[in-house]
Amino acid sequence: MSTVRLPAVLRAQADGQKAIDVAGGTIREVVAGVVERHPALASQLLGPDGDLHRFVNVYLNGQDVRYLAGLETPVGPTDEIRLLPAIAGG
Amino acid sequence: MQSSSDLLRGTQASIREVDAPEAAERRKAGATLLDVREQVEWDAGHIPGAVFIPRGVLEEQIEASIPDRDTPIVVYCRSGARSAYATKTLEQMGYRDVVNMAGGILAWDQHGLPIEAPANLTPAQQQRYSRHLLIPEVGSTGQVKLLESKVLLIGAGGLGAPAALYLAAAGVGTIGIVDFDVVEASNLQRQVIHSTERLGEKKVDSARTTIQALNPDVKVVTYDEALGPDNVERLIAGYDVILDGTDTFETRYLLNDAAVAAGIPVAHASVFRFEGQLTTFVPYEGPCYRCLYPTPPPPELAPGCSVAGVLGVVPGIMGMLQANEVLKVLLGIGDPLVGRLLLFDALDGSFSELRLARDPKCPICSDEARARRERGERVTAAVVGADQPFALGAFGAGGAAAGSAGGVR
Repeated sequence: MSTVRLPAVLRAQADGQKAIDVAGGTIREVVAGVVERHPALASQLLGPDGDLHRFVNVYLNGQDVRYLAGLETPVGPTDEIRLLPAIAGG
Repeated sequence: MQSSSDLLRGTQASIREVDAPEAAERRKAGATLLDVREQVEWDAGHIPGAVFIPRGVLEEQIEASIPDRDTPIVVYCRSGARSAYATKTLEQMGYRDVVNMAGGILAWDQHGLPIEAPANLTPAQQQRYSRHLLIPEVGSTGQVKLLESKVLLIGAGGLGAPAALYLAAAGVGTIGIVDFDVVEASNLQRQVIHSTERLGEKKVDSARTTIQALNPDVKVVTYDEALGPDNVERLIAGYDVILDGTDTFETRYLLNDAAVAAGIPVAHASVFRFEGQLTTFVPYEGPCYRCLYPTPPPPELAPGCSVAGVLGVVPGIMGMLQANEVLKVLLGIGDPLVGRLLLFDALDGSFSELRLARDPKCPICSDEARARRERGERVTAAVVGADQPFALGAFGAGGAAAGSAGGVR
């Protein structure tokens, strides 16, 4: 199980949880697992095509998965994944 | 009993000394020059790049400034006497490669070797900035640099208010402020540059009043207007660093594109309730805002502070960290957060750091965009990619579809 960290902006749709443990061998599977657990997150994370929104960044152990293998980036059981949408507040 | 001249001769005989030309050779080869005179002497002129530690605090401060005891050091003072004693002290402290420059800076000057005399600080400024002057990385050279610097704050709100106070206190010589809002009661929970008695006043005027009361050295330039596609290039022109303290995606993208084109670094932060994000965009050295977030979320998924709320200290902390980034960039010290995104969580009391990369296909800051810009072409997101949000127009003023933005409520 890898740990998925959710920022405050996503937490309302995840029963207020900051981090959830999700199984999955790739980023795509982990994100699917998150959405399965908390269906209200689907519209915040995924577009109509089922892919991640371009405004949601995913970091695997601090590294942007866009520069790894994107959604197909392999995920190990002790990895930490961060879902991070842009925020604009100032 | 020894007379003072006996003591000096004895000390000089027990240490190694070099003449000024030999000191210059050692300097060229990478030796550290150490000036052990007093502040007023240093301010009147010193050897460029020298480390300044007055002899009276040498033992206390040398290890922080020069921790490696194998560092080659050339010690100097005015004429070579005080530096002889300092050389002896350093040898006793275990520094293995220390020499005294015989004849001091007077001999150095007679040989026509370079001396740097920073624009002088007034006695009042020397008092005001004394804690900066004590730090070798700032010193009078750095302080003069700050006084000659120009920083533009986009927004005098949650982020801009605390940042403005500290940048003004630090002696940043020119602070520009862009904001079209007026001070409202709901601002005062965090926007500490404003005050209850200034409710209803223009934020730029309120901010100027506070800054001038804090530090009359600072020239405040106010822009009572909303930053938009038609004025962004004019507003940012001539500034050394920009502090992005807005609360809309429109402004952030517009500012990014114009700042990359103008080659101006941006200290960037954003906040949501108990959390903040911080990074520094230095054009072509690291990613830009469009590399980080190619598109913004729809408004309903990214509420600002006026809708979602924010713990007042969060923009305070993030604005302060932005001010820290600004000072580092201006002084050329430390490691600005280029290519790094710092996350702050006020409830956990934790900071995390994520690594960011330049997007090789970024419409604004890719190598290709840079090359086109250097050939004199106008490179904007509107020119390069049709689906880029909040793009500056192809032909400058008013060319984009985006509305004006830049308020900080």
